[in-house]
Amino acid sequence: MSELLKITELTSAAEEKEILHGISLTINEGETHVIMGPNGAGKSTLGSVVMGSPEYTVTGGKIFWRGEDITDETPDKRAKRGIFLSFQNPIEIPGITLSSFLRTAYEQVTGERIKLFDFKKKLKAAMEVLQMDAAYADRDLNVGFSGGEKKKAEILQLLVLKPQLAILDETDSGLDVDAVKTVSVGIKAYKEQTGGSLLIITHNTKILESLTVDRTHVIVDGRIAAEGDASLITGINESGFEKYLG
Amino acid sequence: MKEKTQVADINRSLYDFRYEEDENDFLESGITTEVIREISAEKGDPEWMTEFRLHSLEIYNKLKMPQWGPSIEGLDMDNIVTYIRPKKRMQTDWNDVPDDIKETFEKLGIPQAERESLAGVGAQYDSELVYHNVRKEVAESGVVYTDLESAMHDERYAEMIKSHFMKLVPPTDHKFAALHGAVWSGGSFVYVPKGVRLEIPLQSYFRLNARGAGQFEHTLIIVEDNAYLHFIEGCSAPKYYEASLHAGCVELYVGNNSTLRYSTIENWSKNMYNLNTKRATVGEGGKIEWVSGSFGSHVSYLYPMSILNGRGSRAEFTGITFAGEGQNLDTGAKMVHNAPDTSSYMNTRSISKSGGISTFRSSVVVNENAVGSKSSVSCESLMLDDISRSDTIPAMDIKTDKADIGHEARIGRISDEAVFYLMSRGLDENSAKALIVSGFAENVSKELPLEYAVEMNNLINIEMKGSIG
Repeated sequence: MSELLKITELTSAAEEKEILHGISLTINEGETHVIMGPNGAGKSTLGSVVMGSPEYTVTGGKIFWRGEDITDETPDKRAKRGIFLSFQNPIEIPGITLSSFLRTAYEQVTGERIKLFDFKKKLKAAMEVLQMDAAYADRDLNVGFSGGEKKKAEILQLLVLKPQLAILDETDSGLDVDAVKTVSVGIKAYKEQTGGSLLIITHNTKILESLTVDRTHVIVDGRIAAEGDASLITGINESGFEKYLG
Repeated sequence: MKEKTQVADINRSLYDFRYEEDENDFLESGITTEVIREISAEKGDPEWMTEFRLHSLEIYNKLKMPQWGPSIEGLDMDNIVTYIRPKKRMQTDWNDVPDDIKETFEKLGIPQAERESLAGVGAQYDSELVYHNVRKEVAESGVVYTDLESAMHDERYAEMIKSHFMKLVPPTDHKFAALHGAVWSGGSFVYVPKGVRLEIPLQSYFRLNARGAGQFEHTLIIVEDNAYLHFIEGCSAPKYYEASLHAGCVELYVGNNSTLRYSTIENWSKNMYNLNTKRATVGEGGKIEWVSGSFGSHVSYLYPMSILNGRGSRAEFTGITFAGEGQNLDTGAKMVHNAPDTSSYMNTRSISKSGGISTFRSSVVVNENAVGSKSSVSCESLMLDDISRSDTIPAMDIKTDKADIGHEARIGRISDEAVFYLMSRGLDENSAKALIVSGFAENVSKELPLEYAVEMNNLINIEMKGSIG
């Protein structure tokens, strides 16, 4: 299996305060990784830093994509390489519809023009997977969407953009049981359609039920406290993070 | 709020070369009655118009320069003649047009012939056919659409023009209205008879540059009762004039139960002082709808006024202003409620970038008799960086307590989080910001006919990429 994302000794800070204290992990093509850990451990920070968020400064270490150093690349270049981040709190953008935004994003990421008709077909198929009301396509991006609708819209983008690595930042948080199910179906569909890799940041194991997890990383206080296979998740479900703390 | 605002001088080197060749043509400075008589004779004005011009000149000489808005000290009023007659027999070459303007034409996808015409250096461009087709359809509906100068000489309209011309905006209104009255040239005359609903929008686009009009142009529109008209003035292509003063005037008369929609996108070259006056009066149950996009210019003063004179009449103003580097754009709208059950609605967006200053200035007056009236003002400003400025100056004068008045203002900055979100989907930084700004401007673009909305979006993209101005 060839190496997709490799993070070495990554340290990162927001406004002078170091949050990540040296994280290393490698994701190969087609693998599904899970990141767990208590609140404030730096899980979401890691996702954002891999995407290139300007909110954080990388103070040490490197991020490689297929062997190339992308530590200093802007988020749009990373997106074009095939990295996708599903936001924990998707941003509302008034005045631009979900459909026309996603078409622009599709053209940017793929570097190809797509006819409106062809795009609509693609969009419709993806919306059906997520049981989304077609009317959402013509609504302003995330504006007035409920928490669950926003998360679905993120997975919709995932299904249309088909990245090689999808980082899902607490996509399941704040969702009711049915919504978690729908989102899980979407993630599974992504996996089946693309064979892409996943980095899932979560508190909840429901979302993992339909997936085969290759590797689990437990992050505590900006460091990897434990790593293992899927069985690690079961352990955490039973006894929480306590044994990794302090 | 009322103190003068200093604006950095724009780089004039782009324009200065023109003065050399023309220097000998301008012997006089300041306007005199002789100059006005000469202009009037050249245009073959009827006598009343000559008198009107001279009278306006007297008023002009008495009035003071406005002291309450952006600085217009850069306007050399002692050399006003150079503003009035710069293009007279000017042998201008396309090669002399500044590169930034040429580039904009290119990016807007305007054909070469049109570019030359729009820039004011070409001959009539190749849209004669289109223009005639529009004219034919319009004429069949009984609508008159012609230039004001020839209409004055047509006995069918002569009286109508005399009784409406600068009655809504009298020369006494302010110094530049007086100047306009004295030196106005070119513009449109539109007359929509009773009961006629014109489905296609009339566009001045096709005629604006036919005779180098545009600098002191006068638009006079009369819509009789139970009629409908959509008039579109200007286009997004920048208009380049050596002379840096624009003092146009728009007068709109809306009859009972009629609707007039007046859309305009102005994009003046960035050396321009734009001191434009627009005003509408609305009869019983009638409606005026303004859609206004203000781009370009060095300094703008622009506040279209709606006077709601008929019971139940309505006014809507939707506007957007974009101020970039070296620009100080003072824009807004005025609403005057003069009858019961009238309503007005203002919805504006302003954007400032790279040190640009954008000021929203509004005024709502509800007179004693305007009981049961409603007014709502909403303005939102977006600043794209720390060096730009955005101000809101709303004024309200409500003389009855039987009115429903609302006001809301929001000033914000473009959020890094939103830019990151869009960039994480493959958009580069400029495109991400442009998308946010286009979305912010959507309240105006959705009101425009598609091709204008597209042009406006292109314009925003060009401004955002900072390749001009």
